[in-house]
Amino acid sequence: MALLIGVPKETAAGEKRVATVPDVVEKLVKLGFSVAVESGAGDAANFADDTYRAAGAEVLPTAAELWARSDIVFKVRAPSADEVGLMREGGTLISFIWPAQNPELMQQLAARKATVLAIDSLPRQLSRAQKMDALTSMAGISGYRAVIEAANAFGRFFNGQITAAGKIPPAKVFIAGAGVAGLAAIGTAANLGAIVRANDTRAEVADQVVSLGGEFVKVDYEEEGSGGGGYAKVMSEGFQQAQREMYAKQAKDADIIITTALIPGKPAPKLITAEMVASMKPGSVIVDMAGEQGGNCELTVPGEAVVRHGVTIIGYTDLVSRLAKQSSTLYSTNLLRVTEELCKTKDGVIDVNMEDDAIRGLTVIKDGGITWPPPPLKLPAPPPAKPAAAVAAPKGHGHGGGEPMSAKSLVTVFGIGALAFALVGLYAPASFLSHFTVFVLACFVGYMVVWNVTPSLHTPLMSVTNAISSIIAIGALVQVAPPLTGDGVDRPHALILGLAVFALALTAVNMFGGFAVTRRMLAMFRK
Amino acid sequence: MTSSLATVSYIGATILFILSLGGLANPETARRGNVFGIIGMAIAVLATILGPRVTPAGIPWIVGALVVGGAVGLVAAKRVQMTQMPELVALMHSLVGLAACLVGFASYIDTSTVFPTAAEKSIHEMEIYIGILIGAVTFSGSIIAFGKLSGKIGGKPLLLPARHWLNLAGLLLVIWFGRVFLNAHGIGDGMLPLLVMTAIALLFGVHMVMAIGGADMPVVVSMLNSYSGWAAAATGFMLSNDLLIVVGALVGSSGAILSYIMCRAMNRNFISVIAGGFGTGGGAPVAAGGAQPAGEVAPIAAAETAELLREAKSVIIVPGYGMAVAQAQHTVYEITKHLREKGVNVRFGIHPVAGRMPGHMNVLLAEAKVPYDIVLEMDEINDDFPKTDVTMVIGANDIVNPAAQDDPASPIAGMPVLEVWKAKTSIVMKRSMASGYAGVDNPLFYKDNNRMLFGDAKKMLDEVLVALKS
Repeated sequence: MALLIGVPKETAAGEKRVATVPDVVEKLVKLGFSVAVESGAGDAANFADDTYRAAGAEVLPTAAELWARSDIVFKVRAPSADEVGLMREGGTLISFIWPAQNPELMQQLAARKATVLAIDSLPRQLSRAQKMDALTSMAGISGYRAVIEAANAFGRFFNGQITAAGKIPPAKVFIAGAGVAGLAAIGTAANLGAIVRANDTRAEVADQVVSLGGEFVKVDYEEEGSGGGGYAKVMSEGFQQAQREMYAKQAKDADIIITTALIPGKPAPKLITAEMVASMKPGSVIVDMAGEQGGNCELTVPGEAVVRHGVTIIGYTDLVSRLAKQSSTLYSTNLLRVTEELCKTKDGVIDVNMEDDAIRGLTVIKDGGITWPPPPLKLPAPPPAKPAAAVAAPKGHGHGGGEPMSAKSLVTVFGIGALAFALVGLYAPASFLSHFTVFVLACFVGYMVVWNVTPSLHTPLMSVTNAISSIIAIGALVQVAPPLTGDGVDRPHALILGLAVFALALTAVNMFGGFAVTRRMLAMFRK
Repeated sequence: MTSSLATVSYIGATILFILSLGGLANPETARRGNVFGIIGMAIAVLATILGPRVTPAGIPWIVGALVVGGAVGLVAAKRVQMTQMPELVALMHSLVGLAACLVGFASYIDTSTVFPTAAEKSIHEMEIYIGILIGAVTFSGSIIAFGKLSGKIGGKPLLLPARHWLNLAGLLLVIWFGRVFLNAHGIGDGMLPLLVMTAIALLFGVHMVMAIGGADMPVVVSMLNSYSGWAAAATGFMLSNDLLIVVGALVGSSGAILSYIMCRAMNRNFISVIAGGFGTGGGAPVAAGGAQPAGEVAPIAAAETAELLREAKSVIIVPGYGMAVAQAQHTVYEITKHLREKGVNVRFGIHPVAGRMPGHMNVLLAEAKVPYDIVLEMDEINDDFPKTDVTMVIGANDIVNPAAQDDPASPIAGMPVLEVWKAKTSIVMKRSMASGYAGVDNPLFYKDNNRMLFGDAKKMLDEVLVALKS
């Protein structure tokens, strides 16, 4: 029997997202599920009840009815205690849970004998899990929105312009933390025309920063900051000192600072001090994306935009909700991918396969038993450093040959050559030697000439050499009707003539055909 | 025309032939080079006909043969499609080989030539023997190559048991019969060993090419090109004609250089290609040591591909044999034109062994009117992939396989490849997930930034074009 997926209206204050959009409803129906949506669930994200109906969902009037009937519930925010109370015994829930921060919620859900998949517990290291990675898709949106908020509060253009009314310098944006959100912010700000600098404790992201149009600012201190799972870790005191100096310098220079530094399970690091804010130009903007964890800036007020020392400090915690339609679409696609993994048979029945690494990581409660935290992933060892010798692919052919031969092989080649020539010189008669001279010289001329041929003309080269090799026709020509002296009385004229004429006809095919086809090919090469 | 005048004409023809090859150094001068070749050939043939070695009695025969052969050649050159170029070239090589054989036999049974010393007679006979040997191998090898290229014979290498021993036995037999032939007293006595040797050489040519797989064809075609040159040179020795020797040597070394370039582009040893099969010993190519790539293949639809292309700033297209098979080059050009008009920087990256003969892809793209200055060689373009938004791989596999660089255990380890995976997104157009010629799985397909567009290249590209235009 096909299971019913229920999508309630989000109850958290300020939450505008919805867990499933009409496009995804259609796809879920194709997977064999039935879908029910609470009336008004998509209103805040501009998805009307009617569009859900048109996509094949049933619209239910109340949350209570929806929770009671649904086999599986899709949500964005972790459910409130009230919502858990509505949940039916043994049901399945897929949403953000944050099990580490919400132990009581975990107990309540376990008591309902529920199966819970926490989208935030996805093992992000698995490359095939990326399509289900809601944290990444949400972070990208908030990075984009942070730049838009900054642009909104900033009193100038982002891009530099030279207008009749004077020259406008481009805005300077500094982005602290080049995670998914930071990278999205870098790309957005660079596209708006700003000069973008960024810093991260993980040195390996420098290339990504540059690829999006930013400039990577290094901290003048040697320490590697990767903390596993793609997150940063807490750094040493010496490093933090050097980092503070760098931030102070950037704060004086930048018009806009966007901070995204988060360390999982810890309060956000205080990167921007009150003095730094005071040192900024009046009218500058700070967007603190770590507001929820206390903020990266000392003066941030979470959830609000405030002005301190003439600098607007934006600490909104609902950046994602401010782009509700976009974030709902991406989030529901992530949930759809999870559903596809759960329902490989496409018959509307889910199978929570605990052998599957991705699903094992997602599942925090299975049939009322808490399965969080999952055992560490047996990830394949990171690829060993490439053996340099094997990788150093031979430099391709330029014109005129590759690397010079090693001395040993050079000696061998010359030795063999000298020996062969000596043998020829000892035994061959003089008439042969003159031809032999011509032959050897011609080989060298051919070698020199052909190395200069551009590789794109190799096919015409083959067809023209092919045409030229029909010079063998000369051999046939001289046999057709040679002037005979008295000696050749028993010469089989007719047979030789036949062979020669046949050979001549064959070479003529080559001669005319080869040149004609080369001509045809070369005529096609054009600029 | 006197003998000296004929000789001087030959020198002129020689110079023209060298200029002809030299002209191919770039597309601007190549057309002129071809004209030089035609003039050189005309001079050589006319000087011979009007020279002292041909009496007027032969002229009707000569004109007849030239007209018949020439007509066939011109018609073939006009009708051939650019995708069939490798077949045509292979077929033409076989004609040179056969002609060399015929001239050799004719020369042998011609009793009118007189030799002052016995040594010169032996040398002449040895030249005939070697000339026919090379001619016969070229002939039968080219016929088989033609069959394989045109699909009349399967592309799979035919690996007879103990094939190396068979070849060695053939070689020893050829040497043995060469001795018998040189010691023979009359023409009747010598004919038998000569015919036996010809049969062995023909079989050897068949066996040699049968053992070589489809993707090694560029090497084979250029090698046969080389052989046809050596056959002409041998004929030149046989007839004491310096023009034939020079031209044969030019063609021979040209083909040899091409074979060398092709081998290097595949990181293969020339001997191992000629010995046939892939790898030595013909064992299972995917050894246990080769790590199987893990992960998931992400398919993409034509409409999404068009979307990606439209949003890209820089696109590199990597064509392979699959594009030739599907005849997709014209659609590729349409897409290129459309994108370039929109300001997208579209370029082509060509691997030296893409296709079935050297330069095959360049000719196909030129046929489709793609300007040659956006068609770049592997070395010219490989550094640009990291700055590229989208790479489109059309019907190529091994030449874009990252395992060649990453996996020392891979059978193609060390082969230079186009680094398409360094672009932001790569799209691979392929019929199915089947592995390439080398039988090596391609980790590219499993990379996160790679998408697979399954289906016939022509059909999919047409759909992409429609989506681009809408």
